[in-house]
Amino acid sequence: MSSDSDVGLTPSTIAAQRDYLLRYALMNLRNPTQAEDVVQETLLAAMEGAARFSGKSTARTWLTGILKHKIIDHLRRSGREQPLTGANDDRSESDAVDALFADDGHWREFPARWGNPAAALEDSRFQAAFEMCLQRLPARTAQAFAMREVMEVPTDEICKALQITPTNCWVMLHRARLTLRACLELQWFGKSTP
Amino acid sequence: MIPSCKDVSEMLSQGQDRPLRWNERIRLRVHLMMCNACRNFKSQLEFLRTAVRCYRDDR
Repeated sequence: MSSDSDVGLTPSTIAAQRDYLLRYALMNLRNPTQAEDVVQETLLAAMEGAARFSGKSTARTWLTGILKHKIIDHLRRSGREQPLTGANDDRSESDAVDALFADDGHWREFPARWGNPAAALEDSRFQAAFEMCLQRLPARTAQAFAMREVMEVPTDEICKALQITPTNCWVMLHRARLTLRACLELQWFGKSTP
Repeated sequence: MIPSCKDVSEMLSQGQDRPLRWNERIRLRVHLMMCNACRNFKSQLEFLRTAVRCYRDDR
């Protein structure tokens, strides 16, 4: 039997990426049903278009490219049906950032030095804490963050997909990062000297 | 005007999304020389990016 790489994509190489794709979709949509749907659409498109797979990239990269389009389409559609943005929301994003700083712009809680973060990545309990911190992010903040960090989409495309301004996008990403770092410090790294 | 920790944390965050301007980079560098908390935040941002990708790729 020849290897999968020289026969292009087979149903089994496509199926082998299912768990990865599901995890990827779930990080972006945070809704298991919707995540399963976009993965199913992706697998279907992949089976139908397997002949177009050139083998220049890996199966995972190729499938992830399809999935990314499906997720962004999904976000655009649901954004049109139920707009996420509005003057009040924009305000609350920057208020959330302001709340972490004193009036003079100093940190309210100094970010501490984290002991051996590289080791944390090897620890399954850390992965669980990280997952919990991600889930605690407010929905729209999480959406912008996932597009940027999970899908690695540039901010101008995030703005287009979510119909927000670049400034608002940067505020949301700033908020997401500040919130995540505070959560991880509390849940995992503990308090040590700054 | 010297930047506050809030301004610096904003620049550090945006530095992950766009190239910073020359004057931003200078202000950042000077502030980081003086501020442990923002230096820690800078390392934490880099760690967050790595951690998301590890989680995504289940490594």
